[in-house]
Amino acid sequence: MPTFGTAQLKLLEKLCNAIAISGDEGEVRKIVLEEIKPYADEVKVDALGNVLATRQGRTRSGKRMRVMLDAHMDEVGFMIVADDGEGLYRFETVGGIDVRHLVGKQVFVGRERTPGVIGGKPIHLMDAGERTRKVPLDSLRIDLGPAGKAKVSDRAGFATRFRRVGPSIMAKSIDDRIGVATVIELLKHAPSNIDLCAAFTVQEEIGLRGAKVAAQYFDPDLAIAIDSTPARDLPMFDGGENMTYNTKLGLGPAIYFADGSTLHDPRLVRFLQETAEAQAIPYQFRQPGGGGTDAGAIQLSLAGIPAISVSVPHRYTHSPVSIARVDDWKNTINLLHAALKRITPSVTTRR
Amino acid sequence: MTDILPFLKSLISVSGLSGFETPVAKLVEERWRPLVDETSISRVGSLHGLKTGSGVSPRPSVMIAAHMDAIGMMVSKITDGFLRITKVGGIDVRVLPGAQVTVHANSGEELPAVIAMPSAKLLPETVGDGALAIDYLLVDTGLTSREVEKKVRVGDLVSFANEPIELAGDVISGHTLDNRASVAALTVCLEELQNKPHIWDVWAVATVQEETSFLGAYSSTFELRPQIAIAVDGTFAKGPGANGWQTFPFGKGVGLCMGPNMHPFLHKKLKDLAERLEIPWFLDVTPSHSGTDAYPMQTTAEGIPTALVEFPIRYLHTPVESVAVKDIQRAGRLLAEFIASLEIDFVETIKWDD
Repeated sequence: MPTFGTAQLKLLEKLCNAIAISGDEGEVRKIVLEEIKPYADEVKVDALGNVLATRQGRTRSGKRMRVMLDAHMDEVGFMIVADDGEGLYRFETVGGIDVRHLVGKQVFVGRERTPGVIGGKPIHLMDAGERTRKVPLDSLRIDLGPAGKAKVSDRAGFATRFRRVGPSIMAKSIDDRIGVATVIELLKHAPSNIDLCAAFTVQEEIGLRGAKVAAQYFDPDLAIAIDSTPARDLPMFDGGENMTYNTKLGLGPAIYFADGSTLHDPRLVRFLQETAEAQAIPYQFRQPGGGGTDAGAIQLSLAGIPAISVSVPHRYTHSPVSIARVDDWKNTINLLHAALKRITPSVTTRR
Repeated sequence: MTDILPFLKSLISVSGLSGFETPVAKLVEERWRPLVDETSISRVGSLHGLKTGSGVSPRPSVMIAAHMDAIGMMVSKITDGFLRITKVGGIDVRVLPGAQVTVHANSGEELPAVIAMPSAKLLPETVGDGALAIDYLLVDTGLTSREVEKKVRVGDLVSFANEPIELAGDVISGHTLDNRASVAALTVCLEELQNKPHIWDVWAVATVQEETSFLGAYSSTFELRPQIAIAVDGTFAKGPGANGWQTFPFGKGVGLCMGPNMHPFLHKKLKDLAERLEIPWFLDVTPSHSGTDAYPMQTTAEGIPTALVEFPIRYLHTPVESVAVKDIQRAGRLLAEFIASLEIDFVETIKWDD
């Protein structure tokens, strides 16, 4: 088992605090490359900006399975699209952001991380009707201060700082830096029975673009997308039973049956469940439903790739602050590590 | 002139919601103590700092006041480890989803938390993707429900927790600049008065509960009975979504308010002084109630001639209120110069221009 402690949380902190809006993943790519270089036999940055690393197995008897582990480096955020003068900039969202999360938030803009704010009209200057209407995106600006400068095309992200709170972490971009950190840990502790193909992908949030070409490059025998899925385990407004929680914090890694783009390979679902049971690692099944991960693109690649998704649950997806449980992450790493060690060709041949 | 920014940053990093101003009052008292002759706390929690004038006793006194309370939230219900909240002061509920806050727990702990917007499936269908009423929002501390039950109780306060940031062009941004920026302006004034002789006594007052009932301004004005009073507060800066007649260019000077809430004579004196000192200023008119401590100050006891000095704040009542630091300095300097200009018989010269 990989060890789990301060070093892993420090890495996650660094990854969550980095800003890597879809299409501009440089900050995270740099951290990933630094972390993995000593452990990989081969590392390449491809045409889209994916980091693709291979670590060969060491066993000589029998066929070594090529296992692709995928996590996306990008996060949702903003792009500056017009300069209104005096430090005020128009922006568009990149990826699925609910505009209701934006008013009154701090952001960092561009490579220099220039601080800015998304302000709102004072409540005193509104009539009652306006106070209850959603603030439309085109009325919002990023304000860098009167002397502030940004370039049209600069990306911007939430300025949230990572913190540990009791059993939890609070940070932006847990989706999917927690997956990136997981794949880094698994690459560092890769078992010798498999060839591990680590894909740190780009542009997941705007259409699984990086994963598609990564799968085509690796041509793996099977793939596991490691992501972070919403936990909607909040009380219903009327105290009724919450039937659509998706996942719950604290119950362990979430294994997927079906989401908006994939029926996850039933052999791999069973395999992960058996592994968790055998090792007494807590796990949960994600409620079947919408949403999606890189598995959706990977499964459809080449002649078809058996694929599954495993997620660390988090609350408040694509918002300025998400919350996840440290134990869920630790159990995700443990489950995946135990599973990798058990992988043989029979995993995908039996039906 | 001293750099007021570090003090202002500490002012907006300490809590002090309306009715619970003690933490900020302590900080201000500490800063004012070397600048005044005595400090005291009023019966309802406002901070009074007296800087004695050089005139023969009994001297007239001028009260300069800024409210130190902050808008925020209060826990109204605890549900499965999540907190429901209600407003303290005039909050635009639409700034709350995703906001970082501190829960001031009954256990004495300050719990970092975030305001959660539950997904549509957990809300009535009528909400759709519209703005959420505060009743539907939840506060998440990241703790287990058992820990929450142990630490938090209904009535605990919830305050904004985003850290102050500096924006390009000498601008500070954060929550509660309304009206801690004005407390900073009073501090600048007191600093200036260290080297400026003044005949009148000066009562510097940081008032409580302006955002809810003006309790502090009513009670301190009554207790101190100044001959004249000046309130300092923020007004609306021009900016995204705010361009009407009530809004003023950002960072371009101080506002001198005129309307039934102000004494025209005091207003004119301040205006003339600003002109003479070449302090850039603009005229802000309020046809009725100024919505500031100037109202209770004017109408207390037998009535007090009152003026209002302000500076433009962007995004008022959001967690990213922004203000130009030089406007704070300008307001502080204007106040100090005005106080130093007061002759012993100034009150007798106050006239209606009829």
